[in-house]
Amino acid sequence: MQYNTDNQGRRGFLVRATQALSALIGGALGIPAFVYLFTPAKSHSTGGWVDAGDISQLKLNAPEELPFRRVRMDGWKIITEKSTAWVVRLSEKEVVAYTPQCTHLGCAYHWEESKGQFLCPCHTSNFSIDGKVLNGPAPRPLDRYLVKVDGTRLLIGPEQSKTKGA
Amino acid sequence: MRTILDWLEDRTGAPSAIQHFLDEEIPASAGWHQVFGSVAMFLFITQAFTGIMLALNYAPTPGEAYNSLRYIMTELTGGALIRGLHHWGASMMVIIVVLHMVQVFLWGAYKKPREATWMMGVILLLVTLAFALTGYLLPWDNRAYWGTVVTTQISASAPGAGPYVLRLMGAENGVGVVTFARFYAVHVLVLPPLTMLLILLHVYLVRRHGVAPAPGDELKPKQKFYPRQVFKDTAAISLAFIVLFSLAVIAKAPLGRLADPTDTTFIPRPEWYFLFLFQLLKYCEGPLEILASVVLPTLGVGLLFLVPFLDRAPVIRVTKRTTAFAIVILAAITWTGLTTAAVRSTPPEAFAADREGPMEWRDLTPEELAGVAYFKSESCGTCHTLGLRQEDKPGPNLGAGGAARDAAWMIAHFKQPASMVPGSQMPSVSLSDSQLNAMAAFLLKLTPQNAMKMQDIPQYVLEGAALYQKNRCNMCHQVNGVGMKSGPPLNGLAHRRDATWVKGHFLDPQKFTKDSMMPAYPFTAQQNETITKYLLSLP
Ligand code: FES
Repeated sequence: MQYNTDNQGRRGFLVRATQALSALIGGALGIPAFVYLFTPAKSHSTGGWVDAGDISQLKLNAPEELPFRRVRMDGWKIITEKSTAWVVRLSEKEVVAYTPQCTHLGCAYHWEESKGQFLCPCHTSNFSIDGKVLNGPAPRPLDRYLVKVDGTRLLIGPEQSKTKGA
Repeated sequence: MRTILDWLEDRTGAPSAIQHFLDEEIPASAGWHQVFGSVAMFLFITQAFTGIMLALNYAPTPGEAYNSLRYIMTELTGGALIRGLHHWGASMMVIIVVLHMVQVFLWGAYKKPREATWMMGVILLLVTLAFALTGYLLPWDNRAYWGTVVTTQISASAPGAGPYVLRLMGAENGVGVVTFARFYAVHVLVLPPLTMLLILLHVYLVRRHGVAPAPGDELKPKQKFYPRQVFKDTAAISLAFIVLFSLAVIAKAPLGRLADPTDTTFIPRPEWYFLFLFQLLKYCEGPLEILASVVLPTLGVGLLFLVPFLDRAPVIRVTKRTTAFAIVILAAITWTGLTTAAVRSTPPEAFAADREGPMEWRDLTPEELAGVAYFKSESCGTCHTLGLRQEDKPGPNLGAGGAARDAAWMIAHFKQPASMVPGSQMPSVSLSDSQLNAMAAFLLKLTPQNAMKMQDIPQYVLEGAALYQKNRCNMCHQVNGVGMKSGPPLNGLAHRRDATWVKGHFLDPQKFTKDSMMPAYPFTAQQNETITKYLLSLP
């Protein structure tokens, strides 16, 4: 191809302008799409505090699985779902509530009365009564819910952030 | 880099194919007037992209569609923008496809040997309109629902074929789940691949016959498609994109009230580019109706198809094609005339109501609505959240459900917060008893499901209801079944009276209804405006 220099410069300008415009359009479409896909929805799923029942009968160091209902957002839907928590009175003052999933791969664990440990049947993780990993593949202690005690009622809040609970 | 290119070249031949595509020779006269095809293609790609983005969060069933779209628009970052791009992109697509055809028509570029290219283009126009038509239903708001009802009814009036078309659309028993499923399937499964195929064929034909030359082009040296024409195309695409993007940012894409088949007050309107047909339909009543609904459109499309065969004269300069110009101008005038007439005859509310958003408030009584107004005017929202949006506020969330207190408890609590909740930091609320009653009534109505929407009630509704409450209109009138019956019930007032009547009536009832027992209400102009607007928006 033969171009004189003048033509060459003009050609170069057109090519660069075309590329710049295409990049601009790509960005204007790509960036919104990126935030749309990767930022969480504005309403969070936490539904505040829920009453999980009377704990005046709860004995010291005797874990009990308490059911409660929580209202939360699932995408565009508001759903009420049933959930449970393993509630333990660790001392007169302190009551904790663990989320019912094993921290390894999420199986349901239970309280083994004879051993005085929480036992996960899936890959045999054991946890102590205060949630620490005793053995097995579980990577961190049992996750906890935030709790508040109002008189004799136990109020369960959102899950405690995992870094703080560890 | 070199080696990768060489490998690609050797194994696929793609680089040289692209090179070949870009080096295509085009006539010397090619230029700005030929950018529309590329812009249309660009818009199609944008629609596909934004469409996929929407589909990732959209639930295509009548029960969920509206809520998921609302979720996209209000809860997801960038969601409103993406829906805006898709919504306005559809309109722009129609405009650009038409401009593309007008250009080809004016320049006579459909002539031998390009007849098939033109006909393929006409099919693409129809496909574009089919996209618009099927997409219109998908938000499942009143606008979508009623617009589609009209569409199906027009199709039903087609002689002979009517019932079959109706059955094909799944609308024999009215627009419902089946119609929705079919429109969605056609919109996302049938039309996109079809369009891609047609575009491919269309572009192939353009390449096969070359870009149409103007008379005299034979004498001049040809130019290459890249980079000059590519730059012009890109510049035009950018301009179109800037317009589209600004529209998506500035003009909110409408999402009205959830489709309500029983809401007969809604005035159906088709999308603006179909308004002319809608208007035409109004002029042709009775037996003539089929003229506007079937005969004229079919004739129009048929004529478009046949254009290359009706005009077989040799190509001449565009400036000499006076008949072509006359036809385009005539068509433009007719379209504009019909569209303006349709817009003029549309009551402004039909357009205004479009943008108001959800109207769950219509279920509330004036007392409860007034309660919302007091809740706002007392700034209760600074300490309390309504609904599930988790915010860090000192007071409890009033919309989370389960706050099973009764009205008496609440009123006592409003007056002396600490007496009911020991240690409460809440200041006491200084409102009259009836106002406190209203607020308690509203709080009792709160559920986790409706709490969030309560925050979107339009201001005029709140103020209107507060005025209604303050003036004890309920002592004589009923709204939503609450109130006394000595005056007429006020639901559906908009069907019976217009704004001027209602406003005048407040100031001097006896002037309008001779034996009316109603006292005059000396509202200020502002107040009168507000309460009238509220009353007229009652279902
Ligand atoms: S899931 Fe519990 S040990 Fe693996």
